[in-house]
Amino acid sequence: MSIMQYNGGSVIAMVGKDCVAIASDLRLGVQSLSITSDFEKVFPVTDRLFIGLPGLATDVTTLREQFRYRVNMYTIKEEREIEPQTFAQLVSSTLYERRFGPYFIEPVIAGMQKTPAGGYAPFIAATDLIGCLNFAKDFVVAGTASEKLFGVAEGLWEPDMEAEDLFETISQTLLNAVDRDAFSGWGAVVHLITKDQVITRKLKGRMD
Amino acid sequence: METAFGITGKGYVLIASDTTAVHSIVKVKTDVDKIKELSPFLLMATSGEPGDTVQFAEYIERNIRLYHIRNNFPLRPPSAASWIRRSLADSLRSRKPYSVNLLLGGYDVSTYKPHLYWMDYLGTLAEVPFAAHGYGSYFTLSLLDKYHDPEATVEEGLATLKRCIDEVSKRLVVSPDRFKVKIVDKDGVREIEV
Repeated sequence: MSIMQYNGGSVIAMVGKDCVAIASDLRLGVQSLSITSDFEKVFPVTDRLFIGLPGLATDVTTLREQFRYRVNMYTIKEEREIEPQTFAQLVSSTLYERRFGPYFIEPVIAGMQKTPAGGYAPFIAATDLIGCLNFAKDFVVAGTASEKLFGVAEGLWEPDMEAEDLFETISQTLLNAVDRDAFSGWGAVVHLITKDQVITRKLKGRMD
Repeated sequence: METAFGITGKGYVLIASDTTAVHSIVKVKTDVDKIKELSPFLLMATSGEPGDTVQFAEYIERNIRLYHIRNNFPLRPPSAASWIRRSLADSLRSRKPYSVNLLLGGYDVSTYKPHLYWMDYLGTLAEVPFAAHGYGSYFTLSLLDKYHDPEATVEEGLATLKRCIDEVSKRLVVSPDRFKVKIVDKDGVREIEV
């Protein structure tokens, strides 16, 4: 089996009306043996920006530390916080640096992007393990349950959902997709991002 | 076969490891200490490639000691775990990676909390209430799912540990005949006879 499936885990991000959501499962395993059920794969970057890192668990931690370092350096040099669009490019180039010996991670990015008019617009993106960016308008998925996530999300997602509807949609999509995947599951965490707050909720899932 | 496991309880971490050194099909030694005392409040059980385990454990031990001497206070368990993980993760993408799996048990004297970390040779780090490495994990993890209690006293914790050792001895084909058990709590690290 591929090294991408070694530890298991999945992440999904969705766009709503003036909001975005990003969610992950909580399982960490070694092949089919589960080690822990509180391994989060989604991390805050700024107050309005999150990154999900499904894939090989050692690289989840390494890249999390790497991105924290690079974002801190950006913040100090630029004297402003990084925007989602810019951060996506940073993620892409960080991964492409390791083109011929990659980190085994497929990042998912979700945040609220500042618009020239002064407002905020939802932003989601995903890349493959060598940093090929995919900007989507609806939803992005990654991880061992990605095929199932695509299927369920395709059926449940609709444009311009309000925050609470988006939360329900992303939660149901994730929980039902990971129940059909042996390598993901064991609970989930959802971050709901709007222009002025982030709501984080832990979900209980099937423990089998 | 090589087996190590650890459990947390009320204010302590217990770590048990087999004591056999194996060469091919031969038991060469049955009194090897595979649990290193890294600092006054840190224990580390190693398993994996024979040469690598000793080399890596000593490298970590010396560097943790160096930090203690330079700063006049030891590295706390979460920081030590992060640093050891990084050492393994860097090693993984080097010319000759260490193949060492670890259990790290520590008592944080600033927060009065015990910590147990599960780590593998890839640099995967997870903080857990109980953990196991090796073939023994297939028996002990299910036992611990049922019997582990984070509020257990040392006596109760040792009873649970005894269950695990007995199960491994009973069911594992090539079971180790002796286990060394060490504890870390508010009084520091010490060995316990079981």
